[in-house]
Amino acid sequence: MHHVVVERWSRGSSPLHARDARAKLGALLAFLIAVATTPPVAQAAFAAYAALLAIAIGISRLPVRAVLRRAALVLPFSTTFAVITWWSGDSARALALAEKSFLSGLAALLLVATTPLTDLLRGLESVGVPRPLILVVQFLYRYLFVISEQAQHMRLAARCRQGLGRGSRFHAAAGALGVLFARSWERADGIYRAMLARGFSGRYPPIAPARFDARDAAFLCAAVAAAVAIRLGL
Amino acid sequence: MSVIQARGLRYRYPDGTQALDGINFHLDAGECVALLGANGSGKTTFVLHLNGLLDGEGSIEVCGMPVKKETLQRVRAKVGLVFQDSDEQLFMPTVLEDVAFGPANLGLSPQEAVARAHKALEQVGMSGAIHKAPYHLSSGEKRRVAIAGVLVMEPEVLVLDEPTTSLDPPGQRELTRLLRSLPQAKLLVTHDIQFAEALATRAVFFERGRVAGEGSVHDVVARFNWSSRGSE
Repeated sequence: MHHVVVERWSRGSSPLHARDARAKLGALLAFLIAVATTPPVAQAAFAAYAALLAIAIGISRLPVRAVLRRAALVLPFSTTFAVITWWSGDSARALALAEKSFLSGLAALLLVATTPLTDLLRGLESVGVPRPLILVVQFLYRYLFVISEQAQHMRLAARCRQGLGRGSRFHAAAGALGVLFARSWERADGIYRAMLARGFSGRYPPIAPARFDARDAAFLCAAVAAAVAIRLGL
Repeated sequence: MSVIQARGLRYRYPDGTQALDGINFHLDAGECVALLGANGSGKTTFVLHLNGLLDGEGSIEVCGMPVKKETLQRVRAKVGLVFQDSDEQLFMPTVLEDVAFGPANLGLSPQEAVARAHKALEQVGMSGAIHKAPYHLSSGEKRRVAIAGVLVMEPEVLVLDEPTTSLDPPGQRELTRLLRSLPQAKLLVTHDIQFAEALATRAVFFERGRVAGEGSVHDVVARFNWSSRGSE
């Protein structure tokens, strides 16, 4: 059985977990815009953004080191471009590039680590993200685990019959990929049949809309105000 | 009174396979029937017709309603189909949302759908798992939630396709107990003779898309040598 760490985190309880997904989405958007438009030389602003995120991590009661480690996954990509920028002689921009990507990654991670995917998707839907897109993400998330489990079983079965050379191993992997694709296709068919059997007629019924209360509004205002204040150097 | 009545049902798959070849079948209210037969004998193809998921020749009536395009929504509310692979049936992110999916499709308000989902989950003993994701459940729990997902529609007939597959013996016992406690008419598609004998009052044997015989489970098993301990 799989337990995705971020998913487990998202089902925790803290004042940040309790906020409505829309409030957190708004706060994240404001933060990302502020970070992206901050001039590279404004190092104090980047320190202030980091402090803001540190406070958010503290409130969320998430394990600090594990969160930082996961957010650092964006660094290999951004540092590649940062190194190119540094070579071209713009060291301030290079540093800012790495800082901006890490801070943005960390902020996005905080959102998904404190909001169950269901709530997040519901929040996205209520702010106008098209429903088909929401459904695709939802189904992908639901069946990713089933498909990856299937892939692991196949890998295990292949290893039980090892003794294959490098060439035939590649051949076996290609075959397994094909089988996995065909099975996923069949499964999609089965899921659709199960949906029809339970009265699905093309419209996806909303269940239990979320509430946006005064605390959510206060959180959103405070987060946006903080991001704007740092950006403007107040 | 018959809740399901099929007459001369025939179905040919697009590849030319004649899966059903003149099936006559009835299921009475409150009755529990086991559908036995070899793999590929047409059992699953037949149950897909009960919900209008396949459309063959001949006639099929559910609670007096002919199964056709105009009656599909009502027929699907009357016949609760529990599929063999629970992973295919549990497609929503949480147990509660999954169970509430059916009633929400029937046009109930979100509050009513959730209230009915709570009731159905209580009926199958899964109230403690409402916020769990389906992939965090065991096979037995998934099966229970899948059953709750059809019970919530308040059907007159429960159709279960290989319900004991991938269940351990305690899981099978629990399922037997649960099904015995439900008042609906039941159609069990199964290879599990012990399970069929524990629940069904009648067995129907399918062979190459036809009804080859029917009677008590014991008689049908003996007549078609359909036990794993049968003579070789």
